[in-house]
Amino acid sequence: MSYLEMDIETLHEQLVAGKISSSDLVESSLDAIEAHDSDLNAFVTVNDQKALAAAVALDKQGIDPDNKLAGIPIAYKDNIVTKGVRTTAGSHMLDNFEPVYDATVVEKLENSGMINLGKTNMDEFAMGSSTETSYFKPTRNPWDLDRVPGGSSGGSAAAVAAGEVIAALGSDTGGSIRQPAAYNGIFGIKPTYGRVSRWGLIAFGSSFDQIGVMTRRVKDSAYILSAISGHDEKDSTSSKQAAPDFTQFISQDIKGLRIAVPDEFFGEGIDEEVKTQVEKGLQQLEQLGAVIDHVQLPYTKYCVPAYYVLASSEASSNLQRFDGIRYGFRAEDVKNLDDVYVKSRSEGFGPEVKRRIMLGTFALSAGYYDAYFNKAAQVRTLIKQDFEKVLADHDLIIGPTSPDTAFKLGENISDPLKLYFKDVLTISANMAGVPAASVPAGFDSHGLPVGMQMIAKRFDEGSIFKAASAFEAATEYYKEQPTFKGGAH
Amino acid sequence: MNFETTIGLEVHVELKTKTKMFSPSPVTYGAESNTSTNVIDFGFPGVLPTVNHEAYRLGIMVALALHADVTKYTHFDRKNYFYPDNPKAYQITQSEQPLARNGWIEIEVDGKKKKIGIEELHVEEDAGKNTHGDDGYSYVDLNRQGTPLIEIVSKPDISSPDEAYAYLEQLRKTIQFTGASDVKMEEGSMRVDTNISIRPIGTDKLGVKAELKNLNSFNHVRLGLAFEEKRQSEILLAGGQVRPETRRFDEPSGETILMRVKEGSDDYRYFPEPDLPAFEVEDAWIKEIKDAIPEMPDKRRKRYIDQLGIPEYDAGVLTLTKEMSDFFQDTIEHDADPKLASNWLMGEVSAYLNANKLDLLETKLTPENLATMIKLIQDGTISSKIAKKVFQETIKNGTEPKTWVEEKGLVQESDPAVLTPIITGILDANEQSIIDFKNGKDRAVGFLVGQIMKQTHGQANPKVVNQILMGELNKR
Amino acid sequence: MISKDQVAHVASLARLSFNDAELNQFTDQLDQIIEMEDELSQVDTTGVKPTTQITDEINVFREDVPVDDGISRDDLLKNVPETKDGLIKVPSIIDKGEADA
Ligand SMILES: [Mg+2]
Ligand SMILES: [Zn+2]
Repeated sequence: MSYLEMDIETLHEQLVAGKISSSDLVESSLDAIEAHDSDLNAFVTVNDQKALAAAVALDKQGIDPDNKLAGIPIAYKDNIVTKGVRTTAGSHMLDNFEPVYDATVVEKLENSGMINLGKTNMDEFAMGSSTETSYFKPTRNPWDLDRVPGGSSGGSAAAVAAGEVIAALGSDTGGSIRQPAAYNGIFGIKPTYGRVSRWGLIAFGSSFDQIGVMTRRVKDSAYILSAISGHDEKDSTSSKQAAPDFTQFISQDIKGLRIAVPDEFFGEGIDEEVKTQVEKGLQQLEQLGAVIDHVQLPYTKYCVPAYYVLASSEASSNLQRFDGIRYGFRAEDVKNLDDVYVKSRSEGFGPEVKRRIMLGTFALSAGYYDAYFNKAAQVRTLIKQDFEKVLADHDLIIGPTSPDTAFKLGENISDPLKLYFKDVLTISANMAGVPAASVPAGFDSHGLPVGMQMIAKRFDEGSIFKAASAFEAATEYYKEQPTFKGGAH
Repeated sequence: MNFETTIGLEVHVELKTKTKMFSPSPVTYGAESNTSTNVIDFGFPGVLPTVNHEAYRLGIMVALALHADVTKYTHFDRKNYFYPDNPKAYQITQSEQPLARNGWIEIEVDGKKKKIGIEELHVEEDAGKNTHGDDGYSYVDLNRQGTPLIEIVSKPDISSPDEAYAYLEQLRKTIQFTGASDVKMEEGSMRVDTNISIRPIGTDKLGVKAELKNLNSFNHVRLGLAFEEKRQSEILLAGGQVRPETRRFDEPSGETILMRVKEGSDDYRYFPEPDLPAFEVEDAWIKEIKDAIPEMPDKRRKRYIDQLGIPEYDAGVLTLTKEMSDFFQDTIEHDADPKLASNWLMGEVSAYLNANKLDLLETKLTPENLATMIKLIQDGTISSKIAKKVFQETIKNGTEPKTWVEEKGLVQESDPAVLTPIITGILDANEQSIIDFKNGKDRAVGFLVGQIMKQTHGQANPKVVNQILMGELNKR
Repeated sequence: MISKDQVAHVASLARLSFNDAELNQFTDQLDQIIEMEDELSQVDTTGVKPTTQITDEINVFREDVPVDDGISRDDLLKNVPETKDGLIKVPSIIDKGEADA
């Protein structure tokens, strides 16, 4: 059995029919990890023993025929806390941290019978677009091992693309699900802010962060997103709106679907081959009956600066709790309390995290708040209004997910600013709190996946699932399998 | 040179709730360390705050009792600073849009009334507690972490230590009457920080202020401020300059002592708390809270004087604490005579509380029993002497007075048919007293009453005894 | 231009320390980033309300009822580097004048 040829429905049928067991699934995941992960480094922690035990218990109990997710393994990005299973957020700071509670999403999927296969690698505290800022090893792209998988949910993306697991959860603060999904040729959706509880997600930018799903097949994400959505009393920002069963939107006709294509998403700095692929994708959608309209999102160019001020400001505050007192890394050789703080934080955080803490601390500090934090928050209002205007008479905004395809390891890591601008197309959805996904849209001339981004109105993930599944059926890019070329061997 | 003083007071009051401000762990007092905590209080990665409805409600109640305007559109903010008792390294508080603004209370010093303004009130979370060991380590207990607080910031209207004292007294009393807090400084449910500056009379610019911290009582506040007035004026008179300092009051010496000199202002990097949605406080809610505020002490006092005929001083004492005032109210609602009830509460009850170092609610005395006892005195069932016995019994053991009096046979003897033969018998046996009486010696009457009481074991009704005795004496 | 002194001040607020080489590098990088941020000043935001959160919810309260999450004190203290008698142990606090509630 290979996940590369399966979807959740097929697995479920075989589980119910007794052709395979949950233990078989865990073992094939472990086999795939054994085969590929020494190259990929998609996992920080493989939860092998507990996963096997859970699968055995479930097999004994029998698979619930009404529950599509029962018995199927899933991987969690390592900033989603899992009770009793090490959770590092990709940081030295939490190297040995063992949470005492489960994130709401973990609890919900466990109740659905999904099995926690392990924790995936990520940029440290989700800060990065290449998974190279991880304190552990960088994750590699299964389509070309010399290239990055994107980030920050690079481990989740690579694990799914390589068939180590059929689905993984990621988190998306400025594109951290969609960009790695694009780089790995898989589907990845960041739902509406408030759709999924953030309880148990290690905070980066609290007003931007959302947990989402990464799978090869669109419908698989619909299953899982339906299971993790909904109001949570522990997260006051989570929406009280009831979440629909998202699988109902799969394979719906898209005739008359109104698509807005912003000029700014095809402007300067966007790779020509990426543009060509996405334009081809738009034509296919048109052939399927969608109506395409060209629009402007004039504040797009301010997304990057506004985002980096706001998300870094929130991060600077959110990451203050990592002080060496109650959990996490505490520096040795400390003489007094201030030593504990300064040394633990200076040795425990990597350079990218420190950069953002510094930027955020600066933007909030006396004398700079108005010019930076407050100004950026005002610009955020304008960006949000841009989106509201366009989405008032369109179902989707479509463009590339990322300006380029997967780049080489080490190529951009020394130039933070260049990396920040790679988020230019994904950030706006987090600024406006709207749902957005990356859908596989073919390959460039290097055989590297290109992603097409679909952005919808708040709480209208349905339109994304509709269009993405129709596009998937028409193009069948998911049938291509990664080559694992390049790399050290 | 003459100076005028400007005093500001920042008062923190713990709100009386079952759970913390932003987490559902219990609020306790004196629990084993770190047991009244949860993952939120520990600031674990991934946790989120939730707002305690009751804490917000009590906050609004206090604000209304202090005549403040409740802010309609508001949100929480983060105040960032590192300290071991502050697990998230930020405190969730209100900075940009506090819960309420622009309140006032009225104080009276030396017979003069003055309104003191309140700049703002905000709700926030308390920090945990650090204990400083002498082993080079500090120890952190997070039980207090997250306890709901309301912070009340005065306007710079206070111009003497006595006014500061009166302000605190009135503030404490007002909040206590709302029931929103115990407001006990000794238990830490009320904490006071103050700052003081002086300037030459007539100058516009305020002087450099010193902050006073770690104040344990209102009296320490008053003494500390008085010392500061003196210290600062001595510096200025000597041609020096007051430094911005944080100081503490040292009880043994009665002086304030330097803790640290403030260099620049602290940079708390406040910004709106993104984990909590904003608030739009509805008028209907404010009205509902307003209607639920118990009657305030000044109103009660006035009612006691005007409607119940209680003397002004007594009415003041009865409304010093909510417990006393509620107890009094309850007693008269059980049909006790208000004046007698007042006398008993101010006399015997207060004496008992003082002697035993107890609070009213720590005794077994109930308003109902006190009322019953007062009625027994009024209808002549017991003498006031016996009443003292009854009182001791009921306050100690919670015994129902009427049954007890009957069981113990303490009912007063008022029947002339029973008393007359006893009295004539005693007169027969004390010829000399009768002669003394006739010679105008009043002492003789006292002696005879004493004899009668002795023979009746104190149960004779003194009023009736007196009547019969005088009649019999005049007959002889 | 952000100066090295400013960067050092921000670092002290954030409880981070840098050696001289790091400080130089961070000053350069922050300077570039802040220059990029300064583009925001081109936007006319007169009368625009800031957006500091994106939830649709408002007036979200929790009822004042204690919840026992079943997590013991031992569990809560499990990740603490040093404890004593159920307390969190930290090297002595030197400056006792820090802010409180
Ligand atoms: Mg507990
Ligand atoms: Zn405070």
